[in-house]
Order: sequence, then C-alpha cells, then structure tokens
Amino acid sequence: MDISAITQYTPLFVQAFFLTVKIGWIGIALSLGIGIVCAFVMYFKIPVLTAIVRVYVELFRNTPLLVQLFFIYFGLPKLGLTISAEVCGALGLGLLGGSYMTEAIRSALEAVPASQRESALALGMGKGQLFGLITLPQAISSSVPAILANVIFLLKETSVFSAISLMDLMFTAKDLIGLYYDTTECLVLLVIFYVIMLLPVSLIGRAVEHRARFAIYGD
Amino acid sequence: MEEILRVEHLHKKYDDLGVLEDVSLSVHKGEVIAIIGPSGCGKSTFLRCLNGLEDIQDGCVLLHDEVINPCDDVKKLQKSREKIGMVFQSYDLFPHKTILQNVTLAPVKVQKRAKAEVEAEAMELLTRVGLESKKDNYPRQLSGGQKQRVAIVRALIMHPEILLLDEITAALDNEMVREVLEVVLALAKEGRTMIIVTHELQFARAVADRVIFMDGGNIVEEGAPDEFFDNPRTERTRKFLDNESFTVK
Amino acid sequence: MEALGFDVLLKGNNMLRLLQGLGVALKISLISVLISIGLGIVFGMLVSMKKPAINAVFNVYLEIVRIMPQMVLLFIVYFGTTKSLGLNLSAEAASIIVFSFWGTAEMTDLVRSAIISIPVIQYESSAALGMSRLQTQVHIIIPQTVRRLIPLSINLITRMIKTTSLVMMIGIVEVLKVGQQIIEANRKASPNAAFGIFATVFILYFIACWPISQLSKYLENKWAN
Repeated sequence: MDISAITQYTPLFVQAFFLTVKIGWIGIALSLGIGIVCAFVMYFKIPVLTAIVRVYVELFRNTPLLVQLFFIYFGLPKLGLTISAEVCGALGLGLLGGSYMTEAIRSALEAVPASQRESALALGMGKGQLFGLITLPQAISSSVPAILANVIFLLKETSVFSAISLMDLMFTAKDLIGLYYDTTECLVLLVIFYVIMLLPVSLIGRAVEHRARFAIYGD
Repeated sequence: MEEILRVEHLHKKYDDLGVLEDVSLSVHKGEVIAIIGPSGCGKSTFLRCLNGLEDIQDGCVLLHDEVINPCDDVKKLQKSREKIGMVFQSYDLFPHKTILQNVTLAPVKVQKRAKAEVEAEAMELLTRVGLESKKDNYPRQLSGGQKQRVAIVRALIMHPEILLLDEITAALDNEMVREVLEVVLALAKEGRTMIIVTHELQFARAVADRVIFMDGGNIVEEGAPDEFFDNPRTERTRKFLDNESFTVK
Repeated sequence: MEALGFDVLLKGNNMLRLLQGLGVALKISLISVLISIGLGIVFGMLVSMKKPAINAVFNVYLEIVRIMPQMVLLFIVYFGTTKSLGLNLSAEAASIIVFSFWGTAEMTDLVRSAIISIPVIQYESSAALGMSRLQTQVHIIIPQTVRRLIPLSINLITRMIKTTSLVMMIGIVEVLKVGQQIIEANRKASPNAAFGIFATVFILYFIACWPISQLSKYLENKWAN
C-alpha cells in the first residue's frame, strides 16, 4: 500500500467528509421536523391532512433516494424549479427520512397503553394535560431506538449524493480512482471515513437500545 | 345520610349487544357497596359509566343531583372526576415518573394546589400505606401489591367524595392481595364512601354495608352482607355463591 | 403532455425498455434474496448454538453490514477485487455478491432471534412426547421459524429492490440508467423529458415495492400470534 498516496488523498477525503456530514445532518434534522408534524397529524387524525400525510409516507417509503434525487435535481427544473445540488441532497434526504420518522414517532405515540389514558382521565386530567404530561413523554423515550435506527439509515443513504455531482466521499473516491488508479488506497480511506461517520452513532444506538429494554423490562 | 351519587335506569350497549340493562342505584355518604358477580356480567363496565369512561345509551348518572353521564360539557365531566376517584385492576402508574411524582401530578396540575402542601400530604398518605421509603423509586421497581397501594394513594390525594375500586386485587399474587385489602378495610373504617367491584367474597362480606349481585347486565339481588351471603333470596344468587365456595355437598 | 415530458414514454419502445430495466432490478433482488434466505437459515442455525467464537465473528459481520453503505460495498467488490484479487467480476455478479452479503447478515439475525424466541418449553414438551431432536426441529421449530420470517423477508425484498437503484453507478443498465439514456437521446426532441421520465421511474419503483410492503403488513397482522 502506498502510504504517500494515502497522505496525499486524506485532505480531499476530509473535505468531502465534512460536506457529507453537513448535508446529512441537515437532512436528518429536516426529516425529524417533518416526522414530528406528520406523526401528530396522523395521531390526532386531523381530517384531509391525515390522508395527505399517508400518501406522502407511502410514496417516499417505497421509492429509493436515488430516484427521488434525480427527480428533484433533474426533473423539477423542467417545471422552472431549479435547486442547487446541496439543497437537493438535504431536501431529498429530509423527505425520505421524514417518511420513516413519521412512522417511528406515530407508532411510539400509539404504543402508549390505553390504560394510561384512562388513569389520567380518571384523575381529572384534560386532553391537553394527558398528551403533554403522560402520552408524549412516554412516546419520546420509546421512539428513540427507532429514530436512531433511522438516523443510521439516513447517514448511509448519503452515499448516493455523488450521483447528483455532490463532492462527497463516494465522488472523491471514484474521482481519484479514475485519475490515479490507487484503488486500494482510496477504498481504504473511503471505508475509514464512513466508519468514523457511522460507528459512533451505531454504538450509541446499541447503548440506547439496551437502556430502553432495561427501562421496560428492568433487566 | 346525604345521597352523593344516583344512577337512574342506566342502559348501555356495545354495538347491538346489551351490556347493562335498567340499572339503578343510590349511594349515600359513608356507604361501602360491594358489587359481585360472574365475569362479563357488566360490573366493571358499570363502574366505568360512573365516571364517564364509558358512555351510556339511556338513563343517567347524577352526582349531587347534577347529570354527569351523558354529558357533553367536557369541563363538567373533568370536574366530576375530581370528586369520583377510581383505582383500576391494572394499577397503571405512570412509568416515567417516580412514586412521589405519580401521586402529586394530578393534585398540582389538575386541582392547582400548592406543591409543598401536596407533597406533604402525599408523604403522609404513603406512610399510612407503608410506602414512604419508595417515594423516589420508579413503578417498575415495585411489586404489584405496592403499585396498587400507590394507585390508591394517587386516587385518595385528590380528595374524592366517592372512591371506585375495580377488581383491584384481581391481577395480584395471593400474598399481595391481603396488604391491599387491609388498606381498603382501613379506608372503610374511616368512613369513606366506596363502590368496590371484587371477586373476593369473604372480603366483600367483611367490608361492605351493602352487597349487590350483578348478572347478565342487571342487578339481581342486593342486601346487607350477612343476610345476602347466608340467605340469598334468588336462585341465581344461590347458584353463584355455591359455585364460588367449593364446599362438597 | 409535452411540457411535462411524458410524451417520450410513447416513443418507440421506451416504455418497454424502462420495464426491462425494472426487470433487471427485480432479477438481482430476487436472486440475492433467495441466496440470503438459504444462507441465512444455515448461518442462523449455526449462530443460535451460542458458541462464543461464532457469535463474535457474526457480530463483527453484522456490524460491518450495519455501518457500511451498500454503495461502498459495491465499490469495494467491483473495483477493489479487480485490483487486489485479479478477478474480473461483472457488475451484475458484484451486485449480487454485495446484496447477498447484506441480505445474509440480516436473515441470519432474523433466523437467530426467531429460533431463540421459541420458548424452551416447546423443546421440552416435544421431548416429553418422545420426539427425537430431528423430529422436533422439523415439525415444531422450523415451521414456526418460517412463519415468523416471512413478513420480515418480504420487507427485506422491498428494501433490496430500492437499493438496486444504486447499481446504475457501477454501470448496470437498470431502470434509472435506461431513463437517463432515454432523456439523453431525446434531448432536442423532448427537452422536458427529464421530468416525465424520472416521474415515471419514481412511479415504477413505487408500483414494484408498495404492493409487496402491503402484503408484508397484512401477513404480519394476520400472523400476529
């Protein structure tokens, strides 16, 4: 293995790493925002909006990010809507992620046992107090494992950003391989950077899952 | 004795299935009423109609002569629940709050009472049921019997006029049933007004002023405990009591 | 129609080519899923034997699959093996290898937890009835395991179908790539083709995945016990 090649390429990879991470986390934040709003719409069964949300969720959960990105980046400009590659990446990730987050949050809300609801009502609590003091706190903690799993999934999905010419890690790797044929070195760096990006989150995810199981089952 | 609660000709259906038929009841201050009957006879459903957790199709429930079921006024219903406390079979403490928080949540948020005062009373009540040392624990760390005693405290601290107990020992292991029943006995001695749905017949006999037998959605027989258990008047009551007693004839 | 670029679909055999491209995606997914299920069952039974060495290896394997984006794995297998192993893998073979690698990890995990979740009491009662270990496996354990696996495997197929869109990046002519080719070819004639074509590809993937995921939900609910 050519160490000099590795040292030469590393700064390029670092740059790409930060770009990927930046767009990735903006997309994730967007997906959480969308997820919370849509999950609330579905949980409270708001008319009309619930149907729209359902269509949105099914559409985006059953299509790949790559197709969504191509559609937004190449297709929408034909309607007059031109978006930069970075915005497109964050938007695509946010829309895709939003559909997954909606499911995670909604099912956490609905998983709070009905008996909790009755206990709270029997104590004289109103609907607002029931939601804010009893349902929501329990839903938040039970949704964390699913949300973290989604975060890991979305971070992995950022690997398709190169398709819309974003100079992310994959783009850098492919570029350098094409130029210098130091395939092994580039692939090694590629793996290292993805590990840096994802391993911490994955370990946090496992730790949280353990704690969540402890909180429910106490063992 | 002042009448607190009155039920007049209550009818309830689930879809087309009649669950409660023409049930009427009058509850006076200080009375302890035990409701017994086979599973599925509607006794739990009846209790839930009293605090509006179930809606009724005909008849009404009156608290101090005001109709609380059927009731469209959400605020009125909420207020009535402060006066009618309920403890469930599945205790359902809030898992994300400590024992103390579980008990003080409703008085502070619903009745808007001062936190200090509520906490002091909470500790007093917890001490009375022997659980003051658990105040900072979480529900998952307590046994079933302990959780049920906390659930009773949680209902009591709201200062209800009448307490509804829905099969509160049904989900407990035998050893824990006693500790909970003793709390209820103590409450009865204090003069609390209670309606207790139970299948612990000996306990019903010991604690109640009046025993009601329900079957198939209506009240079959009611009477003072000794008379009820020793000399049941109807055939159905007799059969039920015989079934429950396992004495070889 | 023209303004949105959908007219391109009606020209020549464009629609047919798109469908063929989808077929490539489905073919790769199907082959990979079948390999994954087969290997997954074998490995799953191995891992459920609770030997620490096997567990350690499996956990590393699982973590690799969990962390590494499929795209990176595709690059490693397609570009990397040529250099270091001197193999000349076709892009299709590379994708099937990567997808199977991914799918097997998931299936092994599923099989393992399905086997572990069967209560010990069932092994004991079968033994008490005089059944041999093989009979217990065949008549009691395996049918239940398979039942638990089916909705989850269907979920895996859906995700694989979506992931096959990546293989265009290593040159396989699947539906997205066909779309690009059509748009390129019709640059002058139908400038807005990009919208119509990519919208169509979007819908095609949806049509491929949605019924399957609905089936999976239905089965999961039906067999909730």
